[in-house]
Amino acid sequence: MELVQPLHAPGFSLRQLNGRDWLYALVVLAAAGVAYSRYGHAMDGYEQGILAGSALGLIALGWFWKSWQWYFPLSGALALGGLALYGDDLARGQTSFGLKFLLSSQSAIMWMCFLYFLATAVYWLGLLRRSDFLNRVGSGLTWAATVLGLTGLFVRWGESYLIGADVGHIPVSNLYEVFVLFCLITALMYLYYEARYQARQMGAFVLVVISAAVGFILWYTFDRQAHEIQPLIPALQSWWMKIHVPANFVGYGAFALSAMLGVAELLAMRGILTNKLPKPEVIDEVMYKAIAVGFLFFTIATVLGAMWAADAWGGYWSWDPKETWALIVWLNYAAWLHVRLVKGWRGAVLAWWAVIGLFVTSFAFIGVNMFLTGLHSYGTL
Amino acid sequence: MRFAISLLTLLAIASVIGTVLKQNEPYPNYVVEFGQFWFTGFEWLGLFDVYHSSWFLLILAFLVLSTSLCIWRNAPGFIKDMKGYREKASESSLAAMSHSVALPAGVSAAQASAYLRGQGFLVREASREDGVLVAAKKGAANKLGYFLAHIALVVICLGGLLDGNVPLKVAELFGKVVPETRDIPQSQIPPQSRLSTSNLSFRGNVTIPENSTADVVFLNAGNGYFVQDLPFLVTLKKFHVDYYSTGMPKLFASDLVVTDKQTGKETVATVKVNHPLIIDGVAIYQASFGDGGSPLRFKAWNLGVPNAPAQTLAAKSLGNQPVEINSQRYQLEAGELRTFNIENVGDNNAAMGVNKTFQEVMQSAGQVKHDKQLRNLGPSITYKLRDAQGQAREYHLYMSPISQDGRPYMMAGMRSEVAQPFAYLRLPLDDNNSLDDFMRLRAALMDAKVQSEVARRVAAQALAGQAIGREMREPFEQSVRWVLDRFGQGGFAALESFLDERVPKDKRKDVAQTYIKIVQGAVVEVDAVARERAGLPRRPVNEANYRFLIDSLVGVSALFDYGAPVFMQLDSFDEVKATGLQITRSPGKTIVYLGSVLLVLGIICMFYIRELRVWVLVKSDQVRVAMASNRKTSDLDRDFERHSNALQQLARGE
Ligand code: HEM
Repeated sequence: MELVQPLHAPGFSLRQLNGRDWLYALVVLAAAGVAYSRYGHAMDGYEQGILAGSALGLIALGWFWKSWQWYFPLSGALALGGLALYGDDLARGQTSFGLKFLLSSQSAIMWMCFLYFLATAVYWLGLLRRSDFLNRVGSGLTWAATVLGLTGLFVRWGESYLIGADVGHIPVSNLYEVFVLFCLITALMYLYYEARYQARQMGAFVLVVISAAVGFILWYTFDRQAHEIQPLIPALQSWWMKIHVPANFVGYGAFALSAMLGVAELLAMRGILTNKLPKPEVIDEVMYKAIAVGFLFFTIATVLGAMWAADAWGGYWSWDPKETWALIVWLNYAAWLHVRLVKGWRGAVLAWWAVIGLFVTSFAFIGVNMFLTGLHSYGTL
Repeated sequence: MRFAISLLTLLAIASVIGTVLKQNEPYPNYVVEFGQFWFTGFEWLGLFDVYHSSWFLLILAFLVLSTSLCIWRNAPGFIKDMKGYREKASESSLAAMSHSVALPAGVSAAQASAYLRGQGFLVREASREDGVLVAAKKGAANKLGYFLAHIALVVICLGGLLDGNVPLKVAELFGKVVPETRDIPQSQIPPQSRLSTSNLSFRGNVTIPENSTADVVFLNAGNGYFVQDLPFLVTLKKFHVDYYSTGMPKLFASDLVVTDKQTGKETVATVKVNHPLIIDGVAIYQASFGDGGSPLRFKAWNLGVPNAPAQTLAAKSLGNQPVEINSQRYQLEAGELRTFNIENVGDNNAAMGVNKTFQEVMQSAGQVKHDKQLRNLGPSITYKLRDAQGQAREYHLYMSPISQDGRPYMMAGMRSEVAQPFAYLRLPLDDNNSLDDFMRLRAALMDAKVQSEVARRVAAQALAGQAIGREMREPFEQSVRWVLDRFGQGGFAALESFLDERVPKDKRKDVAQTYIKIVQGAVVEVDAVARERAGLPRRPVNEANYRFLIDSLVGVSALFDYGAPVFMQLDSFDEVKATGLQITRSPGKTIVYLGSVLLVLGIICMFYIRELRVWVLVKSDQVRVAMASNRKTSDLDRDFERHSNALQQLARGE
């Protein structure tokens, strides 16, 4: 007996997997295998574990979210193309046309910046004119920017090894790199919800916070030359960094996303753009889901951070300002979730709270680096 | 719940205070910053160590208590709920649910049960007077998540309190132990400030120079410290520090030998940042590094006796010693020896993006690597020279010659206030990279006999070159002698002060020019006389040598402001590094980690396992399908539609 499935259920069960899903899994496994055979000797046991875990995680993510199945391999292929153009000579970045204008990490990231700006404008036009076509274009531009951003980070990873074997490291080690990561993660989470809830009008709001981050990246590049690859100080030479930082940025990205949805919901509830935006309940639900994901990853990141701190500084919790602010952010969202789930609150108060949450999160993210000193003293502005 | 939220808010506010107000600084810093009045208040509130103050710990304890109570109160209900199927639900309450539909009869209870089991539900059938109720549920682990997460919080807080060293706090409160506030040698610290090896939990720091041993660490305690005895001896064999080519540190590592005090067992290990050593539950971390007191040898030129050759002076970095110079007593307080001084000598403007063309900016933004012009200025040392009145000046010396415009110089910085930047003196070096030529020239410039001899020769030369007439010879010779004498007593500044006192304002510029010309002309002869007396040939006349002489004049003049009776030059050293170790025992760590794992598992269960309940009440004339979840999201709408459609199709026999 076949049962009709009126709506596509999210998630996956092994039975529903098709040939494409398996092919994707094979590609990821093969890539991980190649990475292992080429670089395995330079990795310690933990790093090999992270490689294996990432491969499995990427397969699961691809099965769960089908768009990931083309997104991730495409960025990877572009990055490999870029690195092939480099060969083993970093100076090619200025002579090879393909690198100079598209695939060197800086070019790819500049394209990312440009495309996010463009996407923001197009989404707003789409929202105001209620044009589904324009919203789709915005969505496409966001995808393109996100592909190039990930490509840029991958290429940057390779470039760091071209500068010197002892300089090479994963590009999540300073404010510049994590801002790019922040843009990517926020955009990806948004793209997932946009497709899942058929609510492209939210893009106009979410892309604003991404554009703000892009603005910061540009200022940081042109004014401070922060894009230069620097070697790692001893405290950062740890495999913990590879998992702690990305986990943290899933949290930050999700919280930023929820804050922008909070703004959209508040406007919709007050009759501004109401007929152009999705229903407040839909926005509200996406906001809740984003905070739930963010809270989980932020918890994991904080725990990982504590474990790393135990290795690097000699104590899992030193009340360092960054740690303390992470705790404050965490308490804030825990309280948010409590009043929603236990007390059943909905609507304007929670939306406002999510918006304020962004300020708390931003302070933990950059404010601490700017205004307070502590053990996390790298990444100062 | 409301109480818990208030506690959490309070905790957050207290945490913010702790990050805004710098914690655990030396108390005098706070007094300077806030003044005595506020300082006393803040200290009373424990704001200088918020996270260990009693009220903060009290909030934590209350939170543990309230969360425990919350778990205790909720447990029976939650467990019952997890186990139950709610098969007593009345038809009317099912009909009143937000997700409820009445289907025409057709599907049997057995069919419905089979379908729901196939969908992963746990199912129970109950025959009631109004029909057969199929009650199904899924995702009971959601409630389990509540237990895991909230128990985790209690566990984490308990682990943290254990490591927060509550027993020590209590002992301190009752005066059983007293922190030491004086800066005295470790061996003289009284027993009430010492903690035995049986102390359950501690975190302290110690600095160990190479080839030295430590068997205690120092724990911060408010304004003072405790001495914690260790169960072992830690000996530093060697400290390694590597740098990248950019001057950034690359590796800090200590080669240690750890000897157990009781068994004498030795463990040899290298501790690096991110790679601690754990012995018997005590962890040793690489925390910092520095100079460990290195033997130094200075060349000391007695500035008061210009002709005296340099003497060797032995000292030790980070050490104090008395020295006697020209029968005056001084205290030499050596600072830290730095063996490595990386400096970016590239164009600063270019590096900061100032005054760059658009194209340059774009070019720079496109590259991830920039060639910085870095150079290592080599070892440096600072020292203070304190006179009998307690006045001190601080000096900063580079050991190696520093090249400027292709010529080697000895650089020495001086300041009289710690807050000031160093003012640097630049002395030219000779072909052997030594100060000998300079010092010889200096002695000659200050020597009255040389001055007369030079004045005589310069005047004779001027006459021979017909620059002056015969009748001018005597006055000219005199004025050369006078200018040299004046210079020898106080450098250019002495000439300037004469000008300011004696020469009318409008003439000063011209006269100054003349003086400078005289000094610059005479210095060639001064050097020649000095070399003749030392049995050396005359210096050939060329651009480089002239430059040397002019630089020497500037140097001699500047030495008058140096403020020290000796010019010291760092000649050699035997570097002894020191490592800063943090040594901890934290029994709560495992507990905290366990709690963290529970917390993550709990959160996953709470958010990603949805509790779903389905009721199918099969009656003769109709079938009532109702659904509920503890999360009212659109997922429930979707599930409800899916399951009710499926049941409908079953009813139609499709
Ligand atoms: C201190 C006293 C606390 C009380 C009385 C309390 C009480 C509760 C209760 C009754 C629930 C509802 C569970 C449910 O209906 O499923 C809940 C859920 C939750 N609690 Fe707490 N909690 C406390 C502390 C905390 C703390 C400190 C955190 C973490 C920051 C926390 C995190 C959560 C989360 C994330 C949920 C999810 C709600 C859900 O899944 O329903 N709780 N809490």
